[in-house]
Amino acid sequence: MKRLKTEYVAGGGLIDRRSLLAGGVSFLAATTIRPVVAAIEGDKTIAEDFPRWTKTLAGQGSPYGEPSRYEKSVVRKLLLPAAPENAGTSAWLTPIDQLQGIITPNGLHFGSYHYGVPEIDPNKHELLIHGLVDRPLKYTVEHLLRYPMVSSTRFLECSGNTAINAMSPFTGNETCQDLYGLVSCSEWVGVRVSDLLSEAGLTKKARWIIAEGADSGSHSRSIPVSKMLDDGIIALYQNGERLRAEQGFPMRLLLPGWEGNTNVKYLSRFEVTDRPAFTSHESGLYTEHLTSGHAEGFSFHMEVKSAIMHPSAGQLLNEKGFYEISGLAWSGRGKISGVDVSADNGVSWARAQLQGPVHDKALTRFSIPWRWDGESTILQSRAIDEEGRVQPTRKVWKQKYASPTFNHYNAIQAWQIDKDGSVSNVFV
Amino acid sequence: MSLYKSARWCCLLLSLVAPIAGYGFGESVNLGTPLTEAEIERVDITIFPNGHNLPVGRGSVTEGRQVYFERCALCHGDSGTEGPSHRLTGSVGLFSIWDPLRIKRIQEVNGLLVMSTGQQWPYATTIFDYVRRAMPHVNPKSLSNNQVYAITAYILYLNELVDESFTVDRTNLPSIEMPALKRFVRAK
Ligand code: HEC
Repeated sequence: MKRLKTEYVAGGGLIDRRSLLAGGVSFLAATTIRPVVAAIEGDKTIAEDFPRWTKTLAGQGSPYGEPSRYEKSVVRKLLLPAAPENAGTSAWLTPIDQLQGIITPNGLHFGSYHYGVPEIDPNKHELLIHGLVDRPLKYTVEHLLRYPMVSSTRFLECSGNTAINAMSPFTGNETCQDLYGLVSCSEWVGVRVSDLLSEAGLTKKARWIIAEGADSGSHSRSIPVSKMLDDGIIALYQNGERLRAEQGFPMRLLLPGWEGNTNVKYLSRFEVTDRPAFTSHESGLYTEHLTSGHAEGFSFHMEVKSAIMHPSAGQLLNEKGFYEISGLAWSGRGKISGVDVSADNGVSWARAQLQGPVHDKALTRFSIPWRWDGESTILQSRAIDEEGRVQPTRKVWKQKYASPTFNHYNAIQAWQIDKDGSVSNVFV
Repeated sequence: MSLYKSARWCCLLLSLVAPIAGYGFGESVNLGTPLTEAEIERVDITIFPNGHNLPVGRGSVTEGRQVYFERCALCHGDSGTEGPSHRLTGSVGLFSIWDPLRIKRIQEVNGLLVMSTGQQWPYATTIFDYVRRAMPHVNPKSLSNNQVYAITAYILYLNELVDESFTVDRTNLPSIEMPALKRFVRAK
């Protein structure tokens, strides 16, 4: 026999995937021995050996299928403002730690709102393009649906994702959903912004485009023309179906890898200019205070980041033994090239397996087999992207950003595993 | 010409051609409808730091104070500092990780009230732009241009950037210097 012994690749019980496969074979062989079956008497039915649902005819399902009733707890969590005066400013957190793969189901995609969720009649909605263009144009939704469509699987992250760890001086009982619920990933399908811009004809001076939405705040952001031409999409479909109102129906701007707030929902206008407008959000809420005393604006990229989702804060390991550590990594700069995992308080690290295909600027699933010995320990993950950018420690992140800045937090996450199997958020 | 140089020229040429080519070989879908000047003017509400696009009109601090107490104070507080909605003037200051009172300050301060419009926004023109499009929060776009100028004047007054006799219009608004401009840097 080849390797029957489990081989470890790092401390704290991280297992070499190949040795796991070899060990698995022998485990399977041991369980395929069947007990002796007693002879069935002539008047006996087989009913008692089968569960209830194998003995009655079931219903029809519903026009828009729903998750299993046993999955009722896998839902988003609403963050509401404390004061009713601030109604409209709210967020829905994705139960990201309870999902697998990289795609977020549409009903569970995070939402972050400054002006609530408008219900827009697509027949009364248009996209206008004007400013520094040769031919100012408007497009109905119906017309945009006739354009050649492109597909891209991309993450979307609110720049306030994981704000609690950025702001709070100590950790509490926040869950993985509380900390990482403002990132999601979808297959977005729509029309290339560059296709429409080439129809309108950018003039020589065009450098910026002010993108505006049709919500009550007429939310607007200044976007460099280069990004729009590079990979900007007017998203019409998400994971196969038309956008939901909560994601910007009838259309939203998708700027892969850039902070959520720039991905203008309910998109209705592009004003092409030679300069940024310094809209309210790019002047205040979405600028970061630096320890140098400066305020950093136009901080578009969401930097390389990762977190272990299983196990993670709020979950419970029922017994010691085998678990697959599984998590998500992403970078607004490109593809994830690697993720290192530590299961022994950061003493040793091992490279995790990436689930393919790895998409550009998309959630990327990583995993590594692990045998928990029942002792308390700390799990961490550290992602690296194709530009060679590595996730910083919390200490390094804090050297750049001053309190109360909470946007663009991407430091290495640590989860404390206690002897009783409970998992919690810790700073290391 | 070296290989490196010619490769660079190719890239340059490609980048010039690519945006025009769009969905290939000059083929265009062209389902857009031409926009008229009047159509653009109706929705062209973005104001730029240099004052571009500011409408005709004016408003004084005194007029602004009246609009403020009728339409804004409910959410932003009588002095523009106490909320519950975003603070419009002043700040409790930034605190660093090395600040010994940091924990106490974080516990005491509601996140929305740490910084303010007056302390954070680099350009005064943004106040006009934002209030006209988004405020009051529950019935935005309900103020006249003159009322928005007046409110802008009042917010600037609350920030001690103009005195009580000031009247704001399209020519003087872009020249107001906001304290945040010096601090503002662009991310790389
Ligand atoms: C019903 C409550 C409410 C009323 C009334 C209201 N506001 Fe606001 N205001 C808000 C909320 C909530 C926000 C934050 C919106 C967001 O999340 O972008 C805000 C944001 C602002 C901001 C930007 C703050 C910043 O620094 O980001 C300004 C300026 C402002 N309001 C001015 C006004 C003015 C002027 C009026 C009166 C004409 C007014 N508001 C009336 C709730 C209100």
